[in-house]
Amino acid sequence: MSEATSQKIPVTVLTGYLGAGKTTLLNRILSENHGKKYAVIVNEFGEIGIDNDLIIGADEEVFEMNNGCICCTVRGDLVRIMDGLMKRKGKFDAIIVETTGLADPAPVAQTFFVDEDVQKNARLDAVVTVADAKWLSDRLKDAPEAKNQIAFADVIVLNKTDLVTKPELAEVEARIRGINPYAKLHRTERCSVALADVLDRGAFDLDRILDIEPDFLEADDHDHDHDHHHHDGHDHHHHDHGHGLKHYHDEDMQSLALKTDKPLDPNVFMPWLQNLVQVEGGKILRSKGILAFHDDDDRYVFQGVHMMLEGNHQRKWKEGEPRESRLIFIGRELPEEVIRKGFESCIVS
Amino acid sequence: MKEFTPAPESASIVSVTDRVKPVALGMGVTSVHFLADRAAFVGGEENVALVDAKGEFTTVAVHSGAILSTASDGKRLVVGGDDGKVVSLDAKGEVTLLATDPKRRWIDAVALHPDGAFAWSAGKTASVKSGKNEEKSIDVPSTVGGLAFAPKGLRLAIAHYNGATLWFPNMAATAEFLPWAGSHLGVTFSPDNKFLVTSMHEAALHGWRLADNRHMRMTGYPGRVRSMSWSAGGKALATSGADTVILWPFASKDGPMGKEPAMLAPLQARVSVVACHPKNDILAAGYSDGTVLMVRLEDGAEILVRRNGTPPVSALAWNAKGTLLAFADENGDGGLLEL
Repeated sequence: MSEATSQKIPVTVLTGYLGAGKTTLLNRILSENHGKKYAVIVNEFGEIGIDNDLIIGADEEVFEMNNGCICCTVRGDLVRIMDGLMKRKGKFDAIIVETTGLADPAPVAQTFFVDEDVQKNARLDAVVTVADAKWLSDRLKDAPEAKNQIAFADVIVLNKTDLVTKPELAEVEARIRGINPYAKLHRTERCSVALADVLDRGAFDLDRILDIEPDFLEADDHDHDHDHHHHDGHDHHHHDHGHGLKHYHDEDMQSLALKTDKPLDPNVFMPWLQNLVQVEGGKILRSKGILAFHDDDDRYVFQGVHMMLEGNHQRKWKEGEPRESRLIFIGRELPEEVIRKGFESCIVS
Repeated sequence: MKEFTPAPESASIVSVTDRVKPVALGMGVTSVHFLADRAAFVGGEENVALVDAKGEFTTVAVHSGAILSTASDGKRLVVGGDDGKVVSLDAKGEVTLLATDPKRRWIDAVALHPDGAFAWSAGKTASVKSGKNEEKSIDVPSTVGGLAFAPKGLRLAIAHYNGATLWFPNMAATAEFLPWAGSHLGVTFSPDNKFLVTSMHEAALHGWRLADNRHMRMTGYPGRVRSMSWSAGGKALATSGADTVILWPFASKDGPMGKEPAMLAPLQARVSVVACHPKNDILAAGYSDGTVLMVRLEDGAEILVRRNGTPPVSALAWNAKGTLLAFADENGDGGLLEL
């Protein structure tokens, strides 16, 4: 499976609210001396002026699949463009899809799950979200799209950090973590992030579903001294945890982590998970899991986008490796109690 | 369903593989059309190879990028590219620039009318240029998936999301919209002008009887239908997308409504392309494992043209007289069979 996967062309989805710096990041990627060629699917021509790369203009055309699943939307324009691009295989190494500032990343991601032809040739590598350190907190309050983009991200480039104070930065990071504690977060000015941190992440590769632990804030990086110069404007409902790591609970978007060291019954778990994403798939944006089944020496891994799931036995549990099952869900108004109870009922008694 | 047919490797099937003239095209091939008696193999990028019955060929550059769409009337080939150009190629190998999209957008679809008019689309806009050289355009609600001219009159069918639009470019009347939810990619009129059929993003076809716009749902495919071909006289529509050739009956006034399709030539591989013989009730089918078969519509009798074991067959066509069959796989290994 890995061999086939590696021959597929990696696709990076670049999202971010208006003005966050998507184009800056894109230009960085394209202009860096990496010896690679990219096919870039953009919404507007003009701002990118790099020769050698294929730039394709797209209209974001989202349509519903006729499969009775209301949240199963795909980007029809991407299907068409991928089809055309595959005629030029060998002329580029990777594809970057830039979405509009107001786009929901789900249809883009789902296109790479449901379309047979697209799936044959390309693999989704990661959803990279560029966020504006100065304005993101405001956008999370008034723009559901911005919240979606944060919740969906595998990598978050928190940009324009030079325009905010350290406490403000801590504040916006805490808000991001309240929604998505799992994405890799990079603080940047003018999107100066190492390309290896945004490209070729394998975030949707089942073999690499290792990043299931929260991406803990490296507290050392933004040191503790900001506690000393308290200033106004921080009268929100946060509580300080001593190290300057504030904990927020976003009102409607959150993540849910489940864990057990007892084996799961696959005959109960699989139908439960299928049913859960059928019933609550509209609310669940992303899901991932590493599972230890009863009487099974192999790790089982899965991931999902809304109602779409894919899973496989990954490898043998290693000697001495704790056989734990871990699942995460990121979504809107997740029915936490229902999910927890359902999960517990899958444990072999 | 008929009995399982012996695999092509077995000795029991009639084979004409030794009569095929192999053609090594040296480029990925996406389709083939006949221009008089030369086969025009269309590459994925830039070039078309013109091959005569002796297997000798010349390569002609038609675009500076990917070739996205093709249509042919047997005299010329119209091709649209990702360079925003629509060009035509004739049997002598002469290339003519027909149109250029002002924004150099991809030319996603092209169509050719028997009287010389042609159509192309870029994004949501479909355009027609008729013999008098007047260019007319129409915008549909979403990106055009496919174009087809009606067999009679200057009427263009435009497939897009949630249905198809029927447009008379030379009439002032507003275009007619035929709704059906989903994304419609390919489109074709039945030769008797009574039915319109689209291939969808989902593994299904949709049809409308044009007299009353009654719907015909043609479902059950395991994969998307990428190839459709009308049998001689338009009695049936042959399609790819399953591990047998699916043949929908269109001989009666109700078309396939309430009827089961015939399933011919089953193999352990997906049918990737179909081409009906222009005169007789025979079709050629190419498969995802490289097999090419000729199949008699009446009883499903098969003749092996090419063995399996290569990439999917991507191109298949008969010449107008039905005396030559051309085929090629995705890697450009092709052949010509003279009957």
